[in-house]
Amino acid sequence: MMDPKTAADAYSRLIIIRLTEEAIAEEYKQQEMKCPVHLSIGQEAVAAGVSLCLSDQDVVFSTHRCHSHYLAKNGDLNRMIAELYGKKEGCAKGLGGSMHLIDEGVGMMGSSAIVGGSIPLAVGAALSFKMFNQPHIAVPYFGDGACEEGVFHESLNFAALKKLPVIFVCENNAVATSSPLLARRPANNIFQHGQVFGIPGYQVDGNDLASVYATAKRAREHAASGKGPVLIEARTYRIMGHVGPQQDCSSGLRTQEEWDQWKDACPIKRFEAYCDEKNLLSESERETMRRSTQLQIQEAFEIAKAGAPAEWIA
Amino acid sequence: MTETRILKYREALNEALLQAMQGDENIFVMGCGVDDEGGIFGTTRAAYEAFGKERVIDAPLSENAIAGIGVGAAIMGRRPVIVHARNDFLLLAMDQIINHAAKWNFMSGGKLDCPMLIRAIVGRGWGQAAQHSQSLQSLFAHIPGLKVILPSTAYDAKGLLLASLQDNETVICIEHRLLYEIEEPVPEEAYTIPLGKGDVKRSGKDVTLVAFSYMVAEALKAATLLEAENISVEVIDPRCVAPLDMDLILESVRKTGRVVIADTSWKSFGASAEIATRIYESCLRELEAPIARIGLPDQNTPCASNLEKEFYPGVDDIVKAVQSLTHPHHNASDYIARESSPEHAKFTGPF
Repeated sequence: MMDPKTAADAYSRLIIIRLTEEAIAEEYKQQEMKCPVHLSIGQEAVAAGVSLCLSDQDVVFSTHRCHSHYLAKNGDLNRMIAELYGKKEGCAKGLGGSMHLIDEGVGMMGSSAIVGGSIPLAVGAALSFKMFNQPHIAVPYFGDGACEEGVFHESLNFAALKKLPVIFVCENNAVATSSPLLARRPANNIFQHGQVFGIPGYQVDGNDLASVYATAKRAREHAASGKGPVLIEARTYRIMGHVGPQQDCSSGLRTQEEWDQWKDACPIKRFEAYCDEKNLLSESERETMRRSTQLQIQEAFEIAKAGAPAEWIA
Repeated sequence: MTETRILKYREALNEALLQAMQGDENIFVMGCGVDDEGGIFGTTRAAYEAFGKERVIDAPLSENAIAGIGVGAAIMGRRPVIVHARNDFLLLAMDQIINHAAKWNFMSGGKLDCPMLIRAIVGRGWGQAAQHSQSLQSLFAHIPGLKVILPSTAYDAKGLLLASLQDNETVICIEHRLLYEIEEPVPEEAYTIPLGKGDVKRSGKDVTLVAFSYMVAEALKAATLLEAENISVEVIDPRCVAPLDMDLILESVRKTGRVVIADTSWKSFGASAEIATRIYESCLRELEAPIARIGLPDQNTPCASNLEKEFYPGVDDIVKAVQSLTHPHHNASDYIARESSPEHAKFTGPF
């Protein structure tokens, strides 16, 4: 079971992602953030649960949908929002934008907009840790679509062969842009992809932070002990459309009924209920946290809007 | 100062890698067969013997992942060296090289470096055919964030390799199989040749002959033949396509007023086209003749040796190109009989 301190930490990670994403969706309409945004609403518990198990020196690599991974790894909110506004103060000095959040100071080693593209980078970071006897681990986050890329399988093979400290984390939201999972592969069985390489695979409810946390903790112990990589498939759902500030039920990709079900399965509501049940974090404490986070977000937008324009780097 | 010995090109590469690894614990090698008996024509052998399989890693056949693993290790502070026995296999790694290695520094706002060296060999002759012979320097030179070197001599091979292993960007080193056995004095101590600095391989005053990689050897032979006709040829080896030492080329062109560019790759959209354009942009009015280019025709590499002979331009093509600039009305179509170059004649199977 989770202790109260961890629960508070978990909740703060969940809400900073949710409230920031909602603020981005709202502000996006002003057309001042001139870059595509892929929002993580609905998927917060995966990054939050995994990051809870990571040290500051552990590294993560991400995708085009990287806001949650950055914030969950204790990324700097002000620098993230500045990056979305293309400002010099951004975490990539305004040169990367929403899809390329990076902050080596917190172990966020970058995000690739090429599906599957950052998976081998995490394996390379893990190889580096192993070669220099550093006790850290590397986590590539990727979606279900990335599991169709060759480089995913090449990376699993290499990491298993060299017994590298990698936790492969697939956020399976069952859709790649607008293509449903079962239109792209014969079965919904991503956690089994490591089997032929001897990689333990776990399937977990990605909207249940406590399950993600428990699984990631086991995975970290396994990977850090020299036994090699682990694959976690976290089943989740993106509430918003593939890109932009709206949901996409009207496109016919998914029904309103399905969407409503997942909206009810909200990872934050789920965790709040868990906290109530286990007496971990009271509603009044949560309310205080939400308010202070809202203020922090408001300030981040003000700072970003007032920031300096990006410049070329030498 | 240690004694200068004669080393073959491949031995120079072998020595450079060993010395670099002795001096920098961050350097490690990955590639298919880097640890086998041959050691990529002997170029990774000394490193393997000195450091073993932990630092000279026989990689699975996963070109794209291996390039990405290199990027991941590089941004964590290591210096991976990835070796491909043929250029053509790099095409499987284009996503990681172009979308990741070339961009990670930029996309991090300049905070993270990606110091990686990718070595790849161009095959030629003995039926290497269409997928073992491509000379892909232009593809990589097209992309910002990559450096591309083409050592043409044993001395340059060592100096450029050592410089690449101190550079903070990803460097693609395109080596030519026909150069592996050429030899010359190479200092034993470590030395570097700055990336982006070309070299005057032979001074002359009538025609500038810009040549890359194996075509430098052909250009020097052509220059010797032309000397007998009182045509003085200056052979410039840019040594790198990116960055390209245009200052050196333009200085020579301004002196001679005539240029021939000889590349190991296709003429269309290639390095020779780029250099010609830059010359026209900078000093068109100082030219006394149109620029001539030597390169491959728009055709894939044939296996059959008779067709192969027709496919690759050689010394006589260079001689004729130079003559066409110095004596435009001179009819010298078969002035020089086509000769097989000595390197080519020595080249036997299976590789």
